[in-house]
Amino acid sequence: MNSPLSRRQWITTGLAAAASMSGLAVASRLAAKYGLIPPDCGCLYGPGTTLTYASQRLITRHSLAREFPRSKISKAPFANGKPPNFDEFRRLQAGGFADWRLSIDGLVAHPSSFSVADLRSMPVRSQITQAICEEGWCYVAEWIGTPLAHVLELVGVRPQARFVVYFSIQAKEWWDSIDMADALHPQTLLTYGFNGGDLPVPFGGPLRMRVPRQLAYKSIKYINRIAVTDSLKRFAPGGEYSWYAGI
Amino acid sequence: MVRITHWVTALCFVGLLVTGIEIVISHPRFYWGEEGNVNTRPLISIPIPSSRGSVPTGYGYVLPDQNGWSRSLHFQSAWVAVLTGLVYLLAGWRTGHFRRNLVPSRAELSPRALGRVIVKPLRLRRTRGDDAYNPLQRITYLLVIFGAFPAMIWTGLAMSPAVTSVWPFLVTVLGGHQSARTIHFFGTVALVLFLVVHVLMLCLSGFWKRTRAMITGRYKEGS
Repeated sequence: MNSPLSRRQWITTGLAAAASMSGLAVASRLAAKYGLIPPDCGCLYGPGTTLTYASQRLITRHSLAREFPRSKISKAPFANGKPPNFDEFRRLQAGGFADWRLSIDGLVAHPSSFSVADLRSMPVRSQITQAICEEGWCYVAEWIGTPLAHVLELVGVRPQARFVVYFSIQAKEWWDSIDMADALHPQTLLTYGFNGGDLPVPFGGPLRMRVPRQLAYKSIKYINRIAVTDSLKRFAPGGEYSWYAGI
Repeated sequence: MVRITHWVTALCFVGLLVTGIEIVISHPRFYWGEEGNVNTRPLISIPIPSSRGSVPTGYGYVLPDQNGWSRSLHFQSAWVAVLTGLVYLLAGWRTGHFRRNLVPSRAELSPRALGRVIVKPLRLRRTRGDDAYNPLQRITYLLVIFGAFPAMIWTGLAMSPAVTSVWPFLVTVLGGHQSARTIHFFGTVALVLFLVVHVLMLCLSGFWKRTRAMITGRYKEGS
């Protein structure tokens, strides 16, 4: 029994292998065409995160994150982390954030800048959703803001746009990004209100991105810049945390 | 196919367990319902230090954060485990593995027959030579394959805000996000207990011989 496989079996196995390889190639082409490949697909954990992103993008096209009745709002929500601790932020806070500006640039027809008051004059959406931390804890709160989709429409997003990158004032290299499916999703809010009042500073005030279909690490606090782009090359997702966090 | 899928699953289980423990360390408290954080009273709190300074553990130090790679490896292992499980189910169904080797016969379920297989290992009698799965083994394997593993997948998916946006009932029937997380944890405890007994029984029936048999498919008495 030197050769447990006969010649015919070898040929069949070879053909099956070739067929599955070309099948995989076609599948990856199709997946790329329909926006099912995340930007961090090439890393060590790429296969896992690509499977998650592709399957969840296929099933979540128009789905809304769970919303709760007012009675479910957490009595004692937890504001993780510390607010920015530098002069510029303190100065803006002392002025009631009247001078806070959100600038939008990149692949847009009209690069613009908005104050929080400008955003408040836009269509309002209020939703009671969970903030779910990757560590395992969560709370329920009412978030009030204007849909990011509305602001993107105002500035005229170019058709080749694929990602929206948003930056925090908190640190020089603090930003995250979402695909257009989440950027244009009705529940993705530029959030300035919380449980009926202003968004408190510990929870991200004056302005926080809320992406409720993903874990809270995508909902960055203290947003002051948005860039629309067709490639995340200059904004490579860093670290071992998955870029897509719908889990 | 049963042997290959067994070892791939075993590998995934180790990966899921280690990374799962790392993730729990970042918040070693469990709650019931929809909300749960450091301002909420926990259902249970595991008395270990945490990798986050915000968690009141009673320890004066904070462990290093391992959540990045742990989370990525957890989900990657979960994908391999689920795909392997599908192959196993398909192969087991086509070859009659479940009917032949796992579903116990009526005679085996009589109290006397069950009593015999329970008492024998309790006396730490060597059980080598018993080749077919005994009824207790069959019931346990069926519970793990069709009970515990699906429950872990379900409670895992119930913690995903994207998945529950499509199928909210996955989490609402469990009582909420934190309930799903707590059940996921106790499912892990149950699977670890199974693993302990599984390896113990392996030792009673000849560790190397059985392990070799599970790898090569050949079992030699007295070798």
